[in-house]
Amino acid sequence: MRRVVWVGFLFALLTSGAALAVQPDEILKDAALEARARDLSRELRCMVCQNQSIDDSEAPLARDLRILVRERLTQGDSNQQVLDFLVARYGEFVLLKPRLEWHTLLLWGLPPMALVAGIIALLMMMRRSSAVRMEPAALSPEEQRRLSTLVESGTPDH
Amino acid sequence: MMPELGHYALVLALALGLVQSVAPIIGARTHDAALIRLANSTALMQFAFVAVSFAALVICYVTSDFSVITVFENSHSTMPLIYKFTSVWGNHEGSMLLWVLILSLFGALVAGFGGNLPAALKAHVLAIQSWIACAFYLFILLTSNPFLRLPQTPFEGRDLNPILQDIGLAIHPPLLYLGYVGFSIAFSFAIAALIEGRIDAAWARWVRPWTLTAWIFLTLGIAMGSYWAYYTLGWGGFWFWDPVENASLMPWLAGTALLHSAVVMEKRNALKVWTILLAILTFSLSLIGTFLVRSGVLTSVHAFANDPTRGVFILAILVLFIGGSLALFASRAPALKQGGLFAPVSREGALVFNNLFLTTACLTVIVGTLYPLALEAITGEKISVGAPFFNLTFGPLFVALMFAMPFGPLLAWKRGDLLGVAQRLMSALAIGIVAVAVVFAVEGGQSVLAPFGVGLALYVMVGALIDLLERTGLFRLPLATVRARAAGLPRSAWGTAIAHSGIAISMLGIICAATWGTERIVAVKPKQTISLSGYDLTFEGLVQRPGPNYSAVVGTFTMRSNGAVIGVMEPSKRSFSARGMSTNEAALMTRGASQLYLSLGDANNDGSVAVRLYYKPMVMLIWVGAVVMMLGGALSLSDRRLRVGAPKPAARSTLAPAE
Repeated sequence: MRRVVWVGFLFALLTSGAALAVQPDEILKDAALEARARDLSRELRCMVCQNQSIDDSEAPLARDLRILVRERLTQGDSNQQVLDFLVARYGEFVLLKPRLEWHTLLLWGLPPMALVAGIIALLMMMRRSSAVRMEPAALSPEEQRRLSTLVESGTPDH
Repeated sequence: MMPELGHYALVLALALGLVQSVAPIIGARTHDAALIRLANSTALMQFAFVAVSFAALVICYVTSDFSVITVFENSHSTMPLIYKFTSVWGNHEGSMLLWVLILSLFGALVAGFGGNLPAALKAHVLAIQSWIACAFYLFILLTSNPFLRLPQTPFEGRDLNPILQDIGLAIHPPLLYLGYVGFSIAFSFAIAALIEGRIDAAWARWVRPWTLTAWIFLTLGIAMGSYWAYYTLGWGGFWFWDPVENASLMPWLAGTALLHSAVVMEKRNALKVWTILLAILTFSLSLIGTFLVRSGVLTSVHAFANDPTRGVFILAILVLFIGGSLALFASRAPALKQGGLFAPVSREGALVFNNLFLTTACLTVIVGTLYPLALEAITGEKISVGAPFFNLTFGPLFVALMFAMPFGPLLAWKRGDLLGVAQRLMSALAIGIVAVAVVFAVEGGQSVLAPFGVGLALYVMVGALIDLLERTGLFRLPLATVRARAAGLPRSAWGTAIAHSGIAISMLGIICAATWGTERIVAVKPKQTISLSGYDLTFEGLVQRPGPNYSAVVGTFTMRSNGAVIGVMEPSKRSFSARGMSTNEAALMTRGASQLYLSLGDANNDGSVAVRLYYKPMVMLIWVGAVVMMLGGALSLSDRRLRVGAPKPAARSTLAPAE
C-alpha cells in the first residue's frame, strides 16, 4: 500500500483494476529503445493517480501513455520530442520534474536561495561575534564588588 | 454501551486537559505549589482517560460492533483478529484517537519522569502539552468522532481496505505517531522556555532525551513504512517522494537538525535561539504533515474546498500553534542571551554546517510538496513535482552533508584543525577513492554517480570507525588501556559513530538496489524457466487457495541457483469479496542482504501468466541502515549525561554503618 494508512483508500481505487505496471506485451524488442522508454516513463506522471509515474502505475491511462511513449520512440522521436509531444497534449501536469519557467521559478530557486542566504547570514554573524571578541565585556558592579572582597580577604567567598 | 463509555472518557479527558491548560501556569505565577502539582495528576489522568477511550474503541472493533459507524465502514466479522485490532487506526477517526493517545502518553511521561525538572518549567511544559491535546480532543469530538452510532445496526461491515490488511498497519502508524507526536515535547519545552524567558544549557539537556526518543521512533516508523510499501506495491519501490511520505520526512529532517543543534547548546551554551526555533519548527512540520494527510488537500485543492470542515479545523489549529509560537518566538528571542563563541572551523561549526544543510534539505521537501498546491490555489495551474525533482535538488544537499559527516565528530570544540582532521581521515578518503575507482572499472564506466555514491558511503563508514579508533586508541595503545578507554567512552560517542554509519549503510543499499537491480517482465507457461542474474525460476502452476476473508490465486515457482533448488516462491493475488477488491502479494526470497522479488500479473488465455521477477542487490541494507541509526540513537539516549540531574538511588540504609 502507499505506506500510510490514510491514502489506502485512494490507492485502492487505483488498484481495483489490479494489473501490474509495465506489462510483458508492452516491452519493445529493441533493448536500447526500451531502456529509453523506461527512463522517460519515470519522468511522466499518471494523471489520474496520486503522484505516481506511469512506470509504476497500474491505471489503464498509464498503460496507454506507456504504449504512446513507445510508439513515438519507435517512430524515431528523441526523448525531448516525446516529452514535448506529451506536454502539448496533456499540459505540464504530465511532467514529474517541472520545467524552469517563471511560474516555477520559486520552486527551483527557493532551496538554493535559502542555502546562499544561510551562508551569508552565518558569515555576517561570525564577523559580528569576532568583533565582540576583541573587547571583553566590562565587569558588572556586582562582579567588581566580589572581586574586591576576594582581593582584600584573600580567600574564596564560599 | 462501549462507544458511549469511550466518548464520555474522551470528554472527561478534554475537561482535565482544560484544567491542565490553565492551572499550572497560574500556579507557577503565584508560586502555588498545589496548583503546580495538580498538573502531574491531570496529565496522568488525561492519559488514563484517553486510554480508556481508546480501549473502548478497540473493544468495539474486536467484537465487530457494527452499530458504530467507523466499525461498520472499516471492519468485517471474518477478518483475522489482528486486523480487527489494527483497523482501529486504519481510518481517519481512529487514527486521530491514536494520535491523542500518544500525545497524552508523552504528557504523562513528562509528569511521571520529569522529577528532575524545575517546578515552574515542568508546570509550563505540561500546560502547553495540554493546549495541544485540547485542540485535538476538540477536533476529534467536533469533526471526527469515532464513536458515532448508526440508527440501525447493519448485519455486516464493509471490511477494511484489503491493502491495509497487513502486519505493516500494526507497526508503521504507531511508530510514526510516536515520532511525530513525540516532537510535541520539544515544542512544549521551547514555548515554556520562551514564556519563562529563561533558557540555558540545562534546558538542552532536558529536551534532548525527548527529542532523541521521538527521532528514534520516527526513523523506525519511516523505515518500516518504506519496507511495507516495498513488499506490497508489487514492484519493489521503497521511496516515492509522495506528499504523504514527505509529510513524515520533513519533521525527520528538522528533528535531526534539532538533535545536533541541541548538542551545541548543551555543551557550549551556543545556538540557543536557533535551537528553540528548530524545536518549534519540527513540531510545526508534524502538524503540517497531519494537516496535509488529514484534510484531503493532497488529493486536490478542490476536494478540500468541497468538504472543508475537518481541513479548516486543522488549519485553524495549525495557524494558532505555528503562528502563535512564532510570534512568541519573535517577541522573546531577541532577549535571549547568546553565549559560547566559537571559530568557524570547530565542532560547533561542523554542527552549524549540518544544520544549514539539513534545514535547506527540509525546505526543499517543503517547497516541493506545497508548491503545486499553492500554485493551483493561486493561479489554477497544475504542475507535478515528483521523484525526478527531489532527486535533483535533495540529492546534492545530502551528498554535501555526507561528505562533511566524518569531520564533525573529529573536530575539536571551539577551534578545530581542519587539515589535521583531514589527515586523520586520510585512510577513509583513500578507501572511498579506491572504491570509486574499482566500482567504476568493474562497471565499465557506465555511470559516474553510482561509483561515487558507493565511495562516499564507504568513506562515511570508515570515517565513523576512525572516530572510534582514535578515541579508544585501538592499534596504538596496549589492549588493557584500549579496553578501559572504550568503557570510559561516553555512550553518546558510540551512538554518534553507529548512527552515522547507519545512514551510510542505507545509502549503500539505495545505490546498489537502484543501480544494479535487474528485472524480467515476461509471460510464462507452466514448466517454463526464466533466468535472471544467475537465478533460474521455473513456473510450476497456479492453484486456488482460500483465506479467512479472501480467496487467493497462488503461483508456485521453484527457484534454482547453479542448478540446485534454493526454495519455492509463492506470489499470489487475493480477491476480497466484501469490497470487490484484490491485492497482489509478492514473494520475497532473501539472499544475504539481497532479495529476489517475484510478483504475479494477469493470467492469459493461452495458460501463461505474466510475472515480474526482480533481483534487488543489497536492498536490505536500506532498512538495516535505518535500524542501525535507531540503535545509535538508543545508545546515545542511554548516555550518562542525560541521566545526570536525576535523583541518584539513595544509599542502602539497611547496611550497618562501619564501627
